[in-house]
Amino acid sequence: MEPTHNINSLTKINNAQLYGLVILRVIIGWHILYEGVAKLINPYWSSAAFLLDSKWIFSGVAKAIVSNPALLTISDYVNVWGLTIIGLCLMLGVFSRYACIGGMVLISLYYLFSPPLLGLEYGRPGEGSYLIVNKNLIEIFALYILYLFPTSHKIGLDRLLQTKLNFKGIL
Amino acid sequence: MSNDSSRDQNVERRDFIKALATVPIFGFFLVNLWLKLKKDALKRKNLLVDLVQEKKPPVVIKNRSNGKHLNIGIIGYGGRGSHLVRGAGFATKGWTDYAYKANQENNLHKAYATFMSQDDLNCSLVGVCDLFDVNADLGIDASKNDVGPGGKPKYHAKRYKHHTEMLQNDDIDAVIIATPDHWHSRIVVDAVKAGKHVYCEKGLTRTFQESIDVYDAVKETGMILQLGHQNRQVEANDKAKEIIDQGLLGPVNLVELTTNRNSQWGAWVWNIHKDANSKTIDWETFQEPSPNKIPFSSEALKRYFRWRCWYDYGTGLSGDLFSHDYDQLNQIMGMGIPKYASASGGIYFYKDGRDVPDVWHVTLEYPDRDMTVLYSATLSSNNSRGNRIMGHDATMILGGQSNAGGVGGFRVEADRESTQYRERIEKGIINTKYPIYNYSPGSKQIDGVTSATSQYFANKGLLYAYRDGKRVDPTHLHIKDWLDSIREGSQPKCNVDVAFEEAVTCAMATESYLTGRRVEWDPIKRRLV
Repeated sequence: MEPTHNINSLTKINNAQLYGLVILRVIIGWHILYEGVAKLINPYWSSAAFLLDSKWIFSGVAKAIVSNPALLTISDYVNVWGLTIIGLCLMLGVFSRYACIGGMVLISLYYLFSPPLLGLEYGRPGEGSYLIVNKNLIEIFALYILYLFPTSHKIGLDRLLQTKLNFKGIL
Repeated sequence: MSNDSSRDQNVERRDFIKALATVPIFGFFLVNLWLKLKKDALKRKNLLVDLVQEKKPPVVIKNRSNGKHLNIGIIGYGGRGSHLVRGAGFATKGWTDYAYKANQENNLHKAYATFMSQDDLNCSLVGVCDLFDVNADLGIDASKNDVGPGGKPKYHAKRYKHHTEMLQNDDIDAVIIATPDHWHSRIVVDAVKAGKHVYCEKGLTRTFQESIDVYDAVKETGMILQLGHQNRQVEANDKAKEIIDQGLLGPVNLVELTTNRNSQWGAWVWNIHKDANSKTIDWETFQEPSPNKIPFSSEALKRYFRWRCWYDYGTGLSGDLFSHDYDQLNQIMGMGIPKYASASGGIYFYKDGRDVPDVWHVTLEYPDRDMTVLYSATLSSNNSRGNRIMGHDATMILGGQSNAGGVGGFRVEADRESTQYRERIEKGIINTKYPIYNYSPGSKQIDGVTSATSQYFANKGLLYAYRDGKRVDPTHLHIKDWLDSIREGSQPKCNVDVAFEEAVTCAMATESYLTGRRVEWDPIKRRLV
């Protein structure tokens, strides 16, 4: 009989399905981690350019952040460290359901601050063609899937936390 | 029992393996990150970045203003005059109220903060001379405003009807001249002879002979002259000079300078003040030095407020805009006066009665340096062509097209046929599609410069300069440089020698346009041939 894995109270999946989900988790983790690290090692990076180009309902908030040096500094820190930590958690499979939620929140902000809606023009050059749906939106929902079908307690450091430290409840 | 324990161990081992299964991927990530950082570092080392970033930005903001208190007078408190006086620390109540309110409404509007964080230049505005009563009153108002970087002013200014009256006041140490160009030389000469130091707006003079007169008078009297090219305070130009001095562009044979404007404002079609009339304006004094005279009329009012459009009062594009780009290049490359100048152009768009061209080009030849400098200007297109210093190995693009972070930046692009970079291009270290160096001061700092006017100047680096990432108004730095030089007896950055080079070069171009022939500079006899 093919081995199955209980990944939540209702779902049993087979090996191929588990590995597929783990790979998805690791590559999203890789992407988010490098987004964070790349900003971390670039002394000239600031969220200001992105925020200034913000359109739609959050553009006012974006401009308020940019015009306040303290808020801008906080925004820079949250982005750099948020991305780095979330990416690391997904890749290593530690606290990964929380990392999924964190990632969804952060990437939703990127989406909402500059969504590719009809009639919105952006100053910075885009790297693809998008209409309403862009890579941010896809990544948000990929993280949602990973949140619904957690794998880190099977493959990932969460497994150790669960078996050795009895963290079961919160994972 | 032993079976159970070995099963337990197996389970444990399996737990560990599965728990740590993705750690090697993290290791793979780290290895790749390390390889990338190493590659980037090598690339950077091979590019210009290290070369130019090692050097610290010039530290100009050291307070040298604590010596003698200086009393200054302003002659010509119009648009530019009021900006210069603000650079010295005095703004009208109307302006400080406006700028304060603008900042309250929009945090990105930084004019108020920039003004208030200026150094206290330890000077007083004690005299205002203007032929238009409204402007004179504004100047007096500025001298009385308690809101300013220096706090409550020590003295209030007195109004003078004529510059000669102001120059008789022995309490005045120095004057700022921001009149139309046709008055510059007379006032400069009178001022230095009266023992006053002078800050004069560009273009220094209207004619070649005036340039000689000004130069000789300043040299004879030993007074300090600063010409109003505030680009001299812009850090980006010093950086650009460093790069060129290091030979990173290779031999440069051609430079292209451009002006690109497309608005009524840009073409000097300025508002005629509603309170301007024969009672509030001294028209006869205004037109006294001009070759052609007209009686006071609506035409006269037009000429009063839009004087840049007529050769009677200025030199059009030559003194107003070409002078800026020339001086920027002179600052970066020490061009000096060309051997030959030829100019052409016409009134092709603004057929509004002006006699200066709105499309105008100059070719300057420097045979001793194997160089041509082209200047091309239009007042009917915003197509931002930038200023290009074209070398055999690389091209430097300043302002306009460079768009390197916007304010006063530049970029350097390697040439695909470069000799100096050939090996690096072949190895793929240099990709000629991308700049090998980008200079964008204040790139982490954002401001809300949005109006077309401000944007134009900001792109040219004329509105803001950056010192250690802090935004400052280069006009303030330029005034400060002048006042500090007066106190120290040293020469300011745009001193009489470089001012003379600007004035003669502009005069050559103007003369060439007006006579339709190539004009040659004879440095021995100091004349134009």
